[in-house]
Amino acid sequence: MEDIQLLETIEKYLSGELSDQERAQFDVIRQKSADIDQMVVEHKLFLDQMKTYAKRKNVAHTSQQVFSSLLANGEWAPIEAGVEPSKVIKLWSKYKKVIAIAASFGGFFAIFTSIIVMYLSPSLNGSQLLQLSKAVEVIKKNQQAQGHLLNEVKTKVPENAKLISGGSGFLIDTKGYIITNAHVLKGDGAIVINSKGQELNASIIYSDVTNDLALLKIEDKDYKQPKSIPYAIRRKISDLGEEIFTLGFPRNDNDIVYGKGYLSAQTGYEGDSSSYQIQISANPGYSGAPIFNSNGELIGVISTRQKLAEGVAFAVKSTEIIDVVNALKDNEKTKDINIKLPKYASSNARNRKSQLDNLKNFMYSVRSFN
Amino acid sequence: MKAELNEQALLKGLAQNDSKAVETLYKSHFTMIQHFVENNNGSFDDARDIFQEAMIALYEKVQLDSFVLTCQIKTYLFSICKHMWIKLLQQMGKYSSPLSENEESISIEMDMGQIEKKDAAFAIMDRALNSLGEPCKSLLEGYYLNKKGMQELASQFGYTNADNAKNQKYKCLMRLKKLFFAQYNIGD
Repeated sequence: MEDIQLLETIEKYLSGELSDQERAQFDVIRQKSADIDQMVVEHKLFLDQMKTYAKRKNVAHTSQQVFSSLLANGEWAPIEAGVEPSKVIKLWSKYKKVIAIAASFGGFFAIFTSIIVMYLSPSLNGSQLLQLSKAVEVIKKNQQAQGHLLNEVKTKVPENAKLISGGSGFLIDTKGYIITNAHVLKGDGAIVINSKGQELNASIIYSDVTNDLALLKIEDKDYKQPKSIPYAIRRKISDLGEEIFTLGFPRNDNDIVYGKGYLSAQTGYEGDSSSYQIQISANPGYSGAPIFNSNGELIGVISTRQKLAEGVAFAVKSTEIIDVVNALKDNEKTKDINIKLPKYASSNARNRKSQLDNLKNFMYSVRSFN
Repeated sequence: MKAELNEQALLKGLAQNDSKAVETLYKSHFTMIQHFVENNNGSFDDARDIFQEAMIALYEKVQLDSFVLTCQIKTYLFSICKHMWIKLLQQMGKYSSPLSENEESISIEMDMGQIEKKDAAFAIMDRALNSLGEPCKSLLEGYYLNKKGMQELASQFGYTNADNAKNQKYKCLMRLKKLFFAQYNIGD
């Protein structure tokens, strides 16, 4: 306790908060005690270092903020290189033939073993994973409940069409390209709803069931193209324990919901290397919602939740988004689509509230119908 | 004369962490650095990082007691960036002389020595603070860097009273000082 008081006095002495009388008394103590004198000198040096540290940190922070906002306002155009195929894809195209031959042998073997496994395993793993797209029933109820409301604003879902599934999605190119989960799109058509509740027509461009990713394009005259996207798609694997957050549309009233958690494993269900395990309270409807790290980089897409473990969910890695964009080039129909993935995280990562306010403009609720 | 005055005002602004001054510096000079880095084996991101570091270096230079800027800010910033970029290229084993450059530069070896010393002190404090762990780090930052009162911190961190928070702060501070002085050498 004495030490605390002594330190407090030294701090007051150094900051000039002591009265003249106290100051004079303390000066006498300093002169008499070499130890206390030493403490004062040392503490002054330390506090000066703290002050210098704080000032410099503030300058660095201002500088980053200024840069980000100038960048977001289009002050500089970064020279956007096309998306470079990842190493694996390069290898893949190089060894396509060899792999094809090997795969045909492998295929027989795989079918053979899977038949055996089917006989032997008590239940299929599919049932253990709950996909997070909103169940049909929920949406139906919602539709009935909001029936008159939907009619008033004239829904863009075609007449006689039935909503089948839904989830969340987010923009990856200002031209209106949206990524969501493949399982969110169970129907043939889709609409998306922005965070202001405006419905927009969209078409399904691409769907990859294996990776559970799908690409939509907004095709609607009411769509207002934003200048830039405030998050970058991360090209590297994220670290264990990294703090993450998400924005999605799990609720029936279509309000955007924020969730926070951390990355709990660098692989997904049963060691799947294309996804992460995350700790976040994921509800149905979060399917297709983006996962951001604290730098505002997009690191994954929420996909499924483990049935029994509450709070455990899986997210497809952001690198798979890059693979999807690359895969478009290999298809005759989609090869002319030129998607430029956002490369700079410009949202204000220091202030979560204003960051979310910005990010939500790029999030969409996705509905699929037949 | 007027231009010179403006430059002085900008540096003063930078020293006081005035975002308007920082913005002016970015608007006036970033493109130059972007071109330089991109023409010499670098990316837009590299240019962003280098410029950010150069701004800090310029800030540290202004803080020095012996501060006199003997050339234009533009020349100074370019010289720092060039120095840093060459260093980085050398580290990556990509450096091949001469670099393609259209700007004037001056020798800043002397300044860089002083600035690097400041960098080292900053890094020591940063490491010390980060290895403290929570809630120590936030508590000390709240008190010493953000100048919050003990009462406010107590309620923010959930201590029942200011005295308990003060106790905790004292323990944290002792740990931080120990960590800091283990690496920091006076006079060196």
